[in-house]
Amino acid sequence: MTTQTAPGITMTAREATRRRRLRSFPLYVTVWLIGVVMVTPLLYALISGFKSTDQLSGNSFGLPSPWVTKNYTSILGDSAFWRMLGSSTLIAVGTTVLTVGAAALAAFALARFAFRGREFLFTLFTAGLMFPFAVAILPLFVLLRTFGLLDNPWGVILPQAAFGLPMTIVILRNFFREIPGELEEAATLDGCSAFSFFWRILLPMARPALGTVSVLAVVTSWNNFLLPLLVFSEPTWWTIPVGVQQFQGQYSSDTARIFAYLVLSMAPALAFYAVAERQLIGGITMGATKG
Amino acid sequence: MASTQIEDADPILGEGPPAGQEWNRRPLVRRVRDWLTAFLFTVPGLILFLAFVAVPILYAGYVSLFNWGGFGSPSDFVGVDNFTRLFQDPVFLGDLWRGLLLVALSLGLQLPFALAMAVLLNQKLRGRAVYRMLFFAPYVLSEVITGVLFSMIFAPDSGLADKVLGAVGLDGVGGLWFAGQSTVMATLFLIMTWKYFGFHMMLLLAGLQGIPPELTEAARIDGANAWQRFRNITLPLLGPTIRMSIFLSVIGAIQLFDLVWVVTQGGPDHHSETMAVTMFQFGFKRYQMGYASAISIVMFLISLVFALFYQRYVLRRDTEGALTNMRGTR
Repeated sequence: MTTQTAPGITMTAREATRRRRLRSFPLYVTVWLIGVVMVTPLLYALISGFKSTDQLSGNSFGLPSPWVTKNYTSILGDSAFWRMLGSSTLIAVGTTVLTVGAAALAAFALARFAFRGREFLFTLFTAGLMFPFAVAILPLFVLLRTFGLLDNPWGVILPQAAFGLPMTIVILRNFFREIPGELEEAATLDGCSAFSFFWRILLPMARPALGTVSVLAVVTSWNNFLLPLLVFSEPTWWTIPVGVQQFQGQYSSDTARIFAYLVLSMAPALAFYAVAERQLIGGITMGATKG
Repeated sequence: MASTQIEDADPILGEGPPAGQEWNRRPLVRRVRDWLTAFLFTVPGLILFLAFVAVPILYAGYVSLFNWGGFGSPSDFVGVDNFTRLFQDPVFLGDLWRGLLLVALSLGLQLPFALAMAVLLNQKLRGRAVYRMLFFAPYVLSEVITGVLFSMIFAPDSGLADKVLGAVGLDGVGGLWFAGQSTVMATLFLIMTWKYFGFHMMLLLAGLQGIPPELTEAARIDGANAWQRFRNITLPLLGPTIRMSIFLSVIGAIQLFDLVWVVTQGGPDHHSETMAVTMFQFGFKRYQMGYASAISIVMFLISLVFALFYQRYVLRRDTEGALTNMRGTR
C-alpha cells in the first residue's frame, strides 16, 4: 500500500509546490496591497499626530520635520483625557461583571435543570439577540430619566448588561451543557448544593468560556456610543467615544491635534486586542455560530 | 434551535428509575425543588432583561400611538397616525431604500470580498497570521473613532484620499466624498468595508477550518480543479457560516447609527440618513417622541419579521451542522 501511494503523494506535493510558487506571487501582492490599505489610515493618523496642523497641510505624506510632540503630550497632560479613560474602564468592568454574573447563573439553570418554562425562557432571552440596541433607546432614555439614572454610570451599565445577556447566555449555556453530568451527580452525592456546585466546580471549569464572553462584553461596552451620549450630559462621566466626538467638534480646525487624540483613544482598544485576540475571535465565531 | 435540547438534558438530572415507593414521592418534591432552584438562578438575568430590554420595547409600542413631546405622561392619543405619517415621509422611505442599498452592497461586494480573503488566508501563505490579525483589527475600534478618522481622510481636497488621488493624477475621482449627495453612501460603505470585512472574514475562516481537508483532497485526486472544488465542496459546506454572516450584515444595516451620526449626521440633505438616525433626530432633537417611537417600532418589526423568517426558512436546517462544525474547530 505504501509503495503504491508514496509516489503519488510526492508527485502531487512537488506539483503543488511548483504551482504554489508560480501562483503565490500575485497572491502575495494582493494580500500585501490590502494590508497597506488597512494599515494606512492608522499609520497616517499616528504620523500626522507628530506634525503641526500647518505642516500637515503642506506635507501630507512625508515624515514630520521637525517631529512635534506637543499634540500628544498636551493630551496626555490633560486630566480630562484620563478621566474619560477611567470612566470607560469603570463602565466596561461594571457591565462585564454584571452581564457575565447574571448570564452565568441563568445559563446554569437553562443548561442543567429540566423545568417547565425552560424553553420559553431560553427563547425569550435569545429573542433579545435579534433586536438592535437602537430600537429600545428612546423608551430606555425615558425609563432612565424616571429612575433618576441620567448622569449616573448605572444608567449605562444596567442597560448594557441587559443587552449583553442574550449572547452571553447562549455561549455559556452551550459550554455548561458539555460538562459531564456524572460530575454533578458525584458532587450532589457528596452533599454539594446546586449553588456550591455552580460556584466551586462549574465556574472554575468554565474559565475559558468566561474569558471569552468577558472579552466580548468589554469590547462592546468600550465602543458603545449612543447610550452614554444620551445618558451623560455632563463631561464627568463621558466615555471615550463620546469624548472623541466632542473633541472633534471643539478642535475641528486643529487637524493634527485630532489625529493625536484619535491615536491615543484607539491605543487602549488595540492593546486590549493584542492581549485578548484569541478570546475575542473565539467569542465572535462562537457567538455567531451558536446564536 | 431550542426544541431539540430537552431530550439530552434529562440524563444529566436522571439517576435512573428509582426503585420502590420512593418513585411516587421523589419526582414531585424534586421537581418543585428543581423548579425553585432554577427559578432563583434565572431571576437576576430575568429582571435585568425585562426591565431594560422587554419593557422599553413594549413602552415604545405604547408611546408610538401618542403625539408626545417627551415630558409628562403621554395623553394625546392619535392611534396609528404616526405610522401613516411615517410611510408618507420621503425621508423615512429614503431610509428604507438606503438600508436596502447597504444590505445589497454588503452582500454583493463586502461578503464576496471577505470570502475571497478567507480562502486566501486559509492557504499556506507566509505571514498569514499577521494579515488575519491586521484585517480584523478595525473591528475592535469604535465606530466613532473610525468615523472621525475617515471624515478627516476623506475631507475634500485637504484629506489624504484626495491628496493620494491627486498625486497619481486621478483628481476628482472621489468627488466630494461625504459632502456629495451622490457619493456619500458609497463613501460610507467603503468605511464599513474597511471596518467590518475582517469580522466576516474571521467567521468564514472558522467555517473553512471546520471543513475536513480530506474532502477537497479526494476531489482533487478525482480530477476536480480548484474552482470546481471551491464551487462544489467548499461553498456548500460553508453555507451555514455564510448565512449567519448575511444575517449579521442585515441586522447591522438596520441599526447603523454611530458611524453616520459622527460623520454626516445624515446629511447632506438626508442623503445618508438611516432609520436610527431619523429616529434620533425626531426623538432627541425635535422632541417628537411619539413619532420617533413609531420609527423604532418599525425597526423592531423589520428585525423581528426578518429574524423569524430567516430562522424558520434559512437557518433552521443549519443549526445542527453549524454546531457540530464548531465543535470540530474549537
